[in-house]
Amino acid sequence: MTKKVFLTPRESDLTLSRICYQLNENHFPWNNSVIIGLQPRGNQLAKVITERIQKNFKVDEIKNGALDSTFHRDDFRRRESPINASPNDMSILIEGKKVILIDDVLYTGRSVRAALDALGDYGRPAKIELCVLVDRRFSRELPIQPDYSGHRVDAISNEKVKLDWSKENSLSVLIENTPHA
Amino acid sequence: MLKTRLSTNHLLGIKDLTKDDIRLIFHWTKQFKEVISRPIKKVPSLRDITVANLFFENSTRTRLSFELAEKRLSADVINFSASNSSLKKGESLVDTINNILAMKVDVIVLRHPEPGSAKFLSQEINSQIINAGDGTHEHPTQALLDSFSIEERLGDLKNKKVVIIGDIMHSRVAISNILCIQKLGGHVAVCGPNTLIPRKIESLGVTIINDIAEALEWADAANILRVQHERMERSYFPSIREYQMQFGITMKRLNKVKNIPVIMHPGPINRGVEISSEVADSEHSIILDQVENGVALRMSVLYLLASQAENID
Repeated sequence: MTKKVFLTPRESDLTLSRICYQLNENHFPWNNSVIIGLQPRGNQLAKVITERIQKNFKVDEIKNGALDSTFHRDDFRRRESPINASPNDMSILIEGKKVILIDDVLYTGRSVRAALDALGDYGRPAKIELCVLVDRRFSRELPIQPDYSGHRVDAISNEKVKLDWSKENSLSVLIENTPHA
Repeated sequence: MLKTRLSTNHLLGIKDLTKDDIRLIFHWTKQFKEVISRPIKKVPSLRDITVANLFFENSTRTRLSFELAEKRLSADVINFSASNSSLKKGESLVDTINNILAMKVDVIVLRHPEPGSAKFLSQEINSQIINAGDGTHEHPTQALLDSFSIEERLGDLKNKKVVIIGDIMHSRVAISNILCIQKLGGHVAVCGPNTLIPRKIESLGVTIINDIAEALEWADAANILRVQHERMERSYFPSIREYQMQFGITMKRLNKVKNIPVIMHPGPINRGVEISSEVADSEHSIILDQVENGVALRMSVLYLLASQAENID
């Protein structure tokens, strides 16, 4: 397996800042918008973005939640074993709100489709937007596009795009290449 | 590390499950408990699956619970009960079920008065079977939900003490419970009229306690079984009143115990016979939690079994 760095911590930081500015521009003063992280990997990104906007733009509180869409996935019974579900934290109201869904990497679009379905269980938002840090373009299997995207990457199917949070307060993005067996 | 698959393709009894299987089922039960507390309690996971509930014996709770679990997972459900079926016209079990299978059913939930009927069926036909009670043999989902409910109240069952009180002989719930609790590392005792305790039950590693006060003192949880009049062809105790005097759980009896155990009952309750209303409705009772957990647990079993169906077209 080979690894290469796609975004260094400094680059990731700049990208996150830009996304926060864009989100704040569209949603300030945040009294009708909520941020929802897609479990399992979008949640941490959603928390970082929420905290950053609150701090940098002096917003008192941005409501946020975590959504797990395991039971709405369309690949149930089509893979070896069921994917593990993650906890849901949807104590917020989304009825009539503008919802920003945050995920780490947008790939086929299938998990976002499942998330849109899962979100419907909690009410009817006024609007749903999608924000991702990395957009793997040309790999979509459904007509889903992000409203906010950090970077675009052309990765092939045996490559994985991963966010690396292992160092405190710094995020880098890696591309792992596993040769076909 | 949790496994991702069950070691079996059917749920015929606790006997066939490993401890890891039980932990896996509990893990998903917790996920589904969260699902059924949402404003919209339905998820689409089983939308391309058809489940047949075949009940050759009366049931209210188990059947409703299974049906609700199936519907909450968006499965297509067909119901069958023996009382108004062609069985009355002389059709055999295998024929009835083959006819139902010809309608392309993926999972069968079976309740039948004959012990071993679920196992028999699993060898005869080609779909997944969930045993919802076969005579006096096993009732695995009830035992699983009982253990799950105890763990919810008291934490890990390891080294916990559970006493099963009442009609052990005619109870499939008792056998399944004993096996399930033991697999999770707990200790089991039974208590009831001598005539209703099967001979050689000690060979299962179960303690027999004859005195009800002693049993309640010993236990962390007490599972009280129903007196099953319908399965008794002869008298096992002199009268209901005497049973109630000797083994009925009343507040008076519980108040004498130092640490009152968690009170459970698989239902249906004969109020005033094996358990008094006061106890059944008290804060010690988790009877309604059992019912709630039943739906989530059955969702978990259906989900896991359906996910490992071998032939998907």
